[in-house]
Amino acid sequence: MNNNEILLKVENLKVWFEIRKTIISQPLYVKAVDGVNFELKKGETISLVGESGSGKTTLGRTILRLYEPTDGKILFEDKDITNLPFKELNWYRKETGFVQQDPFGALAPHFSVYRILEEPLIINKIGTPESRKEMIIKALEEVKLTPVSDFINKYPHMLSGGQMQRVVIARALIMKPKLIVADEPVSMLDASVRIEILDLLRDIQMNHNMSLIYITHDLATVRAFSDWIFIMYAGNLVERAKTDELLSNPLHPYTKALLSAIPDPDPSNRFKLREVPPGEPPNLINPPEGCRFHPRCSFAMEICKKEEPKEINIAKDHWVKCWLYKEG
Amino acid sequence: MDNMEFTSSYSLKGIIKEVIKSKAGLFSLFIFFILIVLSIYAYLSMPYNEVKTLWNDSQAWLKYPRNAMPSWWAFFIGKNLPKNINLQEPKIETISDNPKILKYVYNFSYFYDDFPSEFNIFLKSSYKNNPPILRVYWINTKGDKIFLIEKQQRSEADTFYLGNETSIEENLTKYIQEKLGYYPPFPISAMKGLFIEPNENQSIAKGSYSFIVEVQFSDKSDTIEIEPIIYGKVYGIAGTDHLRRPLELGILWGMPVDLAFGLGASLSITIIQLILATVSGWYGGVVDNLIQRLTEIYMLLPFLPLMIMISLFYKLTIWKLLVVLIILSLFGSGIKTQRAMVLQVKTLPYIEAARTYGASNMRIVFLYIIPKILPPVIPGLIISIPSYIFLEAILSLFGVLDPTEPTLGRIIEDAFQNGALYKGFYYWVIEPSIIIILMAISFALLGFVIDKIVNPRLKEI
Repeated sequence: MNNNEILLKVENLKVWFEIRKTIISQPLYVKAVDGVNFELKKGETISLVGESGSGKTTLGRTILRLYEPTDGKILFEDKDITNLPFKELNWYRKETGFVQQDPFGALAPHFSVYRILEEPLIINKIGTPESRKEMIIKALEEVKLTPVSDFINKYPHMLSGGQMQRVVIARALIMKPKLIVADEPVSMLDASVRIEILDLLRDIQMNHNMSLIYITHDLATVRAFSDWIFIMYAGNLVERAKTDELLSNPLHPYTKALLSAIPDPDPSNRFKLREVPPGEPPNLINPPEGCRFHPRCSFAMEICKKEEPKEINIAKDHWVKCWLYKEG
Repeated sequence: MDNMEFTSSYSLKGIIKEVIKSKAGLFSLFIFFILIVLSIYAYLSMPYNEVKTLWNDSQAWLKYPRNAMPSWWAFFIGKNLPKNINLQEPKIETISDNPKILKYVYNFSYFYDDFPSEFNIFLKSSYKNNPPILRVYWINTKGDKIFLIEKQQRSEADTFYLGNETSIEENLTKYIQEKLGYYPPFPISAMKGLFIEPNENQSIAKGSYSFIVEVQFSDKSDTIEIEPIIYGKVYGIAGTDHLRRPLELGILWGMPVDLAFGLGASLSITIIQLILATVSGWYGGVVDNLIQRLTEIYMLLPFLPLMIMISLFYKLTIWKLLVVLIILSLFGSGIKTQRAMVLQVKTLPYIEAARTYGASNMRIVFLYIIPKILPPVIPGLIISIPSYIFLEAILSLFGVLDPTEPTLGRIIEDAFQNGALYKGFYYWVIEPSIIIILMAISFALLGFVIDKIVNPRLKEI
């Protein structure tokens, strides 16, 4: 396994949505993703953590080319897919899978499980009807929907939420992709099945040596799950580091705030007041000048209000975007 | 479960399988089967164009009773209603040779519970100088010989309508007055007078009758063919209309026409509207704008006046009118409601998932969106089939459709025009209506079954 090979490289990616188009006024944009850089190696897992509205879902979908990037580059195995037209993306569709947040809406209600899993194969012309049957049975076994014969002819409404999410995962991996984007895959599920689904996702990722981008707002589930943690705030990646490094040595004030918000199981800490950054995430149409976190930051300095910080490499595998730190 | 079934119920094969599995589906298919077999039988036994000319030929139906009930009607009212009696095989006697006088005697028995409706004599003769003179006698059950009428034929082929001759009524009234001893207190029509028991009850005299025609020829070589018909009050399985046409002909040949008209109109209009609505909702932008503005313009156009105008200008047949109807309904209000559904379905995650695995726009429109919005569209489709059949009748009323075309709508229309319900000819309205209702029911049942397939939530688990 050449695990050091870079699978996905994102350079200065910007996704702006135009919201007003009149003849007189300038067009307005929602800057959902504004200058994101990162690399993803084969077989690695990234957890993309951020509040609602921080642009993490937009980033995930843009990587899947569901949204058109405004600027920047997305390289998949050194091939530029940033502006490829829809028809030339077919090979990329086979290499990526998508696990959605809402399993209840993610399955076509009028297709049986078998047909749901067959659709990607039919569209991408993979296999014959017989070999497809085998692939589908294998995929269902892999997501532990066994015995397969109990599920294969069912319709989505006959399944529970956890079972549906397993079908969604099976659909994402049926074409044996190299990259799976999982957008809050457990947030709509019962607490009881969350860990099972996450374990399943982790197992599949390990077994197939796939790369995984796991989008979540829940830092608690990230710990045992990913190689990297990226913290996203208002369209920027404010800190990215290896999981252990980030959890033990958080640098960015926002990261610190997020970590301190994780419920603490130690009862002796129950009277400890947690510091929560005041205010709300900024309006992405007109984000604050300088560092976007400065209105809520307790360490804000003059320079934070004027100039946007650059991303600096603090330690090996640890980058942060903050004026408090200096390179090296 | 070794031999698992992998057929998706979404294929055509799957749908047919599901339809056959359910009772409602089976029932509707059964009705369709009957209707289709009847149509095929009708079209094989007589080509449509022949029926059309026959239907409009006023001479073809002279020997049928007018406004006769269907035969099974008698079963419901418990009366033995008269059928047509064709008097045949006369005993021919020669009365004199110069002038040549022949006597035709027809013996028959009459056991029905009602008076016949008419009595006509069809005459065909060949003569040298003058047409023959006919003297008509009647011998009733009592054995009394009554002189009815003396009349000269007017041309080689002539018909005597005995029911319309006032002299016959006078002669019969005279006979009954003799029998009763006073002037009858009730009016005596020809039919009544011929078959009445001469007493106060006005009951029917059942028994054997004789009908005698004495023909006096002007020349020895002259010949005559006499065909007397006593018309009944019931005919066939469907009865006859005001022009003596047997209704089963019109119903049997009109049914496929109506079926094709209704089905063609509603299927093509619904499918085209559905596709337009989905394309409009899915692509958005300029396409959406164009389709929506066109729809708004179309919705303002007055449909019926436009149809009438077009067909008056161009004298269209029913099939060309169907095309006009489809074109005029392309951008209907259905597009608006269906587009609203598309806009809702468009944002569902499974559509987004389909895009991530590379489904094309066409595939998403036809396999992902249309099946999802189909369930609420199906009832509209079903309801619109009979409504287009009724539209056909309404257009007939306005004189827009070809009036020579035998269709169910035309038959109902004829019935209303001739006051069928007022006069008690219920069969005339009920028969074509039942066919239309049967069509509607079978379409509705089929619709429910397909609804269950398309919307698996309705399926019992």
